[in-house]
Amino acid sequence: MSMKATGAEIILLALKDQGVDTLFGYPGGAVLPIYDAIYQQNHINHYLVRHEQGATHAAEGYARSTGKVGCVLVTSGPGATNAITGIADALLDSIPMVVITGQVGTPLIGTDAFQEADIVGITRSCTKHNYLVRNVEDLERTLHEAFYIASSGRPGPVVVDIPKDVQFAEYVYTGEIVKSHKTYRPITDGAADQIAEAINLIKNAKKPIFYTGGGVINSGPEASKLLQELVELTGAPVTSTLMGLGAYPASGDKWLNMLGMHGSYEANMAMHDCDVMICVGARFDDRITGRVDAFAPFSKKIHIDIDPSSIGKIIPVDVPIIGDVKSVLADMIKLWKDGNCSQGQPSLDAWFKDINSWRARRSFDYNKTDDVIAPQYAVERLYELTKDKNTYITTEVGQHQMWAAQHYKFEEPNRWMTSGGLGTMGYGLPAAIGVQVAHPDALVVDIAGEGSIQMCMQEMSTAMQFGLPIKIFILNNERLGMVRQWQQLLHGERYSSTYSESLPDFVKMAEAFGCLGLQVSDPAKLDETILEMIDYNGPVLVDVLVEKNANCLPMIPSGAVHNEMILEDVLADTEVSDAGKRLV
Amino acid sequence: MQDHHHTLSILVDNEAGVLARVIGLFSARGYNIESLTVSEIDPVSNMSRITVVTTGNEKVITQIQQQIVRLVPVHSVVDLSLGTASVEREMALVKVAGVGQKRVEALRLAEAFRAHTVDAAVDSFIFEITGRTEKVTQFINLMKPLGLVEASRTGIAATSRGSEAVHTE
Ligand SMILES: Cc1ncc(C[n+]2csc(CCOP(=O)(O)OP(=O)(O)O)c2C)c(N)n1
Ligand SMILES: [Mg+2]
Repeated sequence: MSMKATGAEIILLALKDQGVDTLFGYPGGAVLPIYDAIYQQNHINHYLVRHEQGATHAAEGYARSTGKVGCVLVTSGPGATNAITGIADALLDSIPMVVITGQVGTPLIGTDAFQEADIVGITRSCTKHNYLVRNVEDLERTLHEAFYIASSGRPGPVVVDIPKDVQFAEYVYTGEIVKSHKTYRPITDGAADQIAEAINLIKNAKKPIFYTGGGVINSGPEASKLLQELVELTGAPVTSTLMGLGAYPASGDKWLNMLGMHGSYEANMAMHDCDVMICVGARFDDRITGRVDAFAPFSKKIHIDIDPSSIGKIIPVDVPIIGDVKSVLADMIKLWKDGNCSQGQPSLDAWFKDINSWRARRSFDYNKTDDVIAPQYAVERLYELTKDKNTYITTEVGQHQMWAAQHYKFEEPNRWMTSGGLGTMGYGLPAAIGVQVAHPDALVVDIAGEGSIQMCMQEMSTAMQFGLPIKIFILNNERLGMVRQWQQLLHGERYSSTYSESLPDFVKMAEAFGCLGLQVSDPAKLDETILEMIDYNGPVLVDVLVEKNANCLPMIPSGAVHNEMILEDVLADTEVSDAGKRLV
Repeated sequence: MQDHHHTLSILVDNEAGVLARVIGLFSARGYNIESLTVSEIDPVSNMSRITVVTTGNEKVITQIQQQIVRLVPVHSVVDLSLGTASVEREMALVKVAGVGQKRVEALRLAEAFRAHTVDAAVDSFIFEITGRTEKVTQFINLMKPLGLVEASRTGIAATSRGSEAVHTE
């Protein structure tokens, strides 16, 4: 196929050829030709958000729940700068995303023109790659390349900045899709000798552990199946980062729950004591490792990652395997089976005896009372009442996010959308919109805090406009709870600016947007409120008034080691080293 | 692990903004740049070579290399301070002003350092000196009491010894 088209038409043709049917965006002067082209076609649905940050998070939710590339269209200057937070968020969480930004016409670039911003300059360090397309001849190739780069290797956001005159200019569109690149060549297959070495370590391990992350989710649902198979074959327990939840089912008997700063006692103790660690698609983030010089001190470490720069960045590893998780796991399974490795394996009984003793500490337990709703209880009831439905969970950032990760149990990948790397308050509501667009019949719940929800609450209007029945479940503690907790722990209980004052009446706010607003404070009425939320055919906001000063536990304070977890609520008495205080 | 100087040779596609990507990475990740040279090496294949001198321990240098390779327009990165020996040279234009004894002494030292005189006036010289960085630095230091006005240094150009190309693909 070869046809003459304007730049704006070329953009829509390229999107269509990339299989895009959904675009989140906001119009403006520098993208008028593109919006005009959108108006005149019907294969791409455009969702008008209320703030460009919302468009980027919606695209992230869409991408993470489908495995497809999320697409965003915004105008130049303020439109593009508003999108930055979501772009940076997608970079840190490795979310495939293509963001098309309008730019002032090429003759005006560099003149401080109206709504001009150097977006390629501004986004250079928060994108996987970016482009300024100065000639219409380069437009088609650049767009296809952008999709290839965003979705292959370690996924990430790609910005394509397109000046207005390029959108008007005419050129031929060929429909030739790029699937290779001169200099960018991600490695997908792991090296055979390293895979063999890894299997050798695992089959002789007495205390093995799988430490899995978002890379398993990014590698596709097949990778999660293979992970489960390898876990069953080897018999090793498995823990996951915040980003990897759902890759191994929470109901599985090898499951240790999430690890890290607010992870379970059993996961962190097992990480500390293990003799062989198999890190699969995770990156030894500081929320995971605690004090790096005392991280898993007795272990040999195997690290599977598609990004070579992740390997050895924080923690030295013994067996690096560069490759796509699903390809490497498939090779490992084959080698394990061919070598009959289960035969000569040492017994893991003693290891599971240790693990069971740690599990017996029940580190996620909390105080339940009859007069006030414990935030953990709210998540637990939400889980019980939604687990048999086709449910997707997004979150904002704070204590509620950690309680959601601890108490909502995920059985499948792609069901859990949260801002892990950047920790962006305001992510959850627009992300829920993106998920709901991709899964119109699913139940999509944003577990929120009363602080975070105010950062992108304007998107309730988007949910109304497009008939997206998302549910916003606010754990309202009238506190910027996570920050308050740190002030209690590290700053002598001086609660500087962490009360949520002058809160809106959330029920009235929901109603003002045309959504259903509900409020509950009585633990006995929680279930019926959740059921009402589920049954309502439209967007709902539930204001759950929870205990105000609950702390998120367990916790590894900054600068501490995995086996120095705080389990009980004695936060104020905990000594944190000066070095730890300087960490965040 | 000890910090050492490392000379990295980076082969890139010569596209708009590629230098900004490379040096932006250094500043964003807190690596230092002690010397930087960049120039197109082949207009047909449209490639440029960036030579960076940086410091760090082995782990940091490996990480820097991996981060650079991750940039889309980068073909390859080679650490010239590893393996086979490399040749490194720098050039400087050194302007010295003075008369009488100082002027004579400057000229005498320039000869000793095999610097060329590329411009001369009755009260000034411009010397062109080429050599290892230390030699260039030493020459400039010697010129200070003799009327050094300014020195313009190119940064380091480097290649490996022997018949092989640095970047083989
Ligand atoms: C955009 C942004 N600004 C600031 C922060 C710092 N921060 C982390 S958690 C938090 C408090 C969140 O409060 P809320 O949404 O009520 O959640 P809670 O911790 O109370 O559950 C803040 C301010 C952040 N993560 N993101
Ligand atoms: Mg709160």
